[in-house]
Amino acid sequence: MEAFTTHTGVGVPLRRSNVDTDQIIPAVYLKRVTRSGFEDGLFAAWRSDEHFILNQEPFKTGSVLVAGPDFGTGSSREHAVWALKDYGFRVVVSSRFADIFRGNSAKQGLVAAQCSQSDVELLWKLLESEPGTPVTVDLTDKTVRAKDLVAPFEIDDYTRWRLLEGLDDIALTLRHEAEISGFEGNRQTWLPTTDPLQAV
Amino acid sequence: MSRTLAEKVWEAHVVRHGSGAEPDLLYIDLHLLHEVTSPQAFDGLRLANRKLRRPDLTIATEDHNVPTVDIDKPIADPVSRLQVETLRRNCAEFGVRLHPMGDLEQGIVHVVGPQLGLTQPGMTVVCGDSHTSTHGAFGALAFGIGTSEVEHVMATQTLPLRPFKTMAINVDGALRPGVTAKDIILAVIAKIGTGGGQGYVLEYRGAAIENLSMEARMTVCNMSIEAGARAGMIAPDDTTFDYIKGRPHAPSGADWDAAVAYWRTLKTDDDAKFDAEVHIDADTLTPFVTWGTNPGQGLPLGANIPDPEQIADENERVAAEKALAYMGLEPGTPLRDIHVDTVFLGSCTNGRIEDLRAAADVIKGKHVASGVRMLVVPGSMRVRKQAEEEGLDKVFLDAGAEWRQAGCSMCLGMNPDQLAPGERSASTSNRNFEGRQGKGGRTHLVSPLVAAATAVRGTLSAPADLEN
Repeated sequence: MEAFTTHTGVGVPLRRSNVDTDQIIPAVYLKRVTRSGFEDGLFAAWRSDEHFILNQEPFKTGSVLVAGPDFGTGSSREHAVWALKDYGFRVVVSSRFADIFRGNSAKQGLVAAQCSQSDVELLWKLLESEPGTPVTVDLTDKTVRAKDLVAPFEIDDYTRWRLLEGLDDIALTLRHEAEISGFEGNRQTWLPTTDPLQAV
Repeated sequence: MSRTLAEKVWEAHVVRHGSGAEPDLLYIDLHLLHEVTSPQAFDGLRLANRKLRRPDLTIATEDHNVPTVDIDKPIADPVSRLQVETLRRNCAEFGVRLHPMGDLEQGIVHVVGPQLGLTQPGMTVVCGDSHTSTHGAFGALAFGIGTSEVEHVMATQTLPLRPFKTMAINVDGALRPGVTAKDIILAVIAKIGTGGGQGYVLEYRGAAIENLSMEARMTVCNMSIEAGARAGMIAPDDTTFDYIKGRPHAPSGADWDAAVAYWRTLKTDDDAKFDAEVHIDADTLTPFVTWGTNPGQGLPLGANIPDPEQIADENERVAAEKALAYMGLEPGTPLRDIHVDTVFLGSCTNGRIEDLRAAADVIKGKHVASGVRMLVVPGSMRVRKQAEEEGLDKVFLDAGAEWRQAGCSMCLGMNPDQLAPGERSASTSNRNFEGRQGKGGRTHLVSPLVAAATAVRGTLSAPADLEN
């Protein structure tokens, strides 16, 4: 995973709450078996409306999305994170994220920066009155900065460390192989097993 | 120390406690796979030259993409077909048992696990699907994960996780006739909101929950995610044990006795504290339906469409305005006056045998209203077979409904069963998001009883309305 320390880009004000993952990427785009190229599905229904924010200059090239509360609710589809990243977003700012979306973001190096709703409102006003204002998201001091505005954000320390270091979760877990095997040796015998096949 | 049910199951699965900010590493007892969220995870294993650690704790089925008619023919949509074929290839390569289309055990992954007896109390169950919360009905800690986590479980049979907070949802009293588990959970979501459960594991408790059947409990836990909670749980009891006993993967003999003895310890200690508590009085509940575009936008069927101008919170007001514009509804309209084009009975929320029986009971001897189509989609092929043995297929067909093969069907627009733009449905599924059932489609979430009555009258209705 690519490490993240700081990022500066065009902020996009998305004045919507409850942006569920079906809106971020509709199910019809989930049929692919590859891991890239999901940018065409991002907000597909909303983007068909020419007035949608991502169809406006200079927001088209945005990389910091500033959204309402309860961002990423609903389906667990990691495709929502892939679509945001493939489009060019590096950060989503919201006052509340759905748990699964937050976890998926952390795995993919998309920063889910949790700000207060009042700071989100200030960012919205600034980005709407001065479109194209660059927004800097600094993971080292956990702040979102735009012009004079400095908004602290929350992200858990472990995720922050992993993002700063660009570390892969699976490799980290496999360092504990002995403990996993030890745990497996003590599992109850009645626990169910499936009927696996012979792997080819 | 006193602990809640969720804390007991968590503690029993900690491989190692994290130090400082580091999460705990939790062992996963059962990993369910389907075609949509697994291909990139299998690819990741291959790229890193990693093995699937425990194929014997992994099982797969085909559900999201599958058509529910003509299943003996190749899937017409080439992209869907490729996804299903990719799952088949991956399962063969990595040694995973797969129940493909046409197999008696094929169906929606959350119907299949419990029906095989693979879901048991006290287990950790994960799947790349947010409705994995369904399995919490057995007292399992079960939750949806993203594809990176799917790959992580494949490679390590563990997940790094931070402990959840716990929330008790106390549903006391008794449900009135015509009020179901679906109405309980829709009322819970309307009460705490779509974000109310974020960061929590919900534990549903109280007399009204204890009196629910196993399948009704699954309906409740299924929609925990619609309240923002990754997992919902119900303490296992004799209802749970009776349901599991004799199923293909249930323990037997001395193992059964040992398992039940352990399962009986899986309840929240009397003096344990939850981080939050919510109370719902079951006696006051009536059939519930949604009017908007998130599952928290629901009201009793007897209510009218709310007026956004009366909503104080700005975010909620804007959300309500956008929802009504999308849904094509006017404030003040009685919910009972809303006409639907389609009724969908099925999904991992309400596609089990009891759901089909309940709806059949309402619709028996009556007919679907003219201009309305009704799709009845069993949650699994085994449910379908059982329904046919009970003659339910005839009841639905005689009423003018369509009797389909098993799959996710119209719950989400990934297969041919979709709403056309502007079309309106009463649906027993779990999400009324914009476009969820097809681009431009409008969804009202309802119980199987309301679905059946609505099919007969053509407007949102409860079974009691058929008697007038």
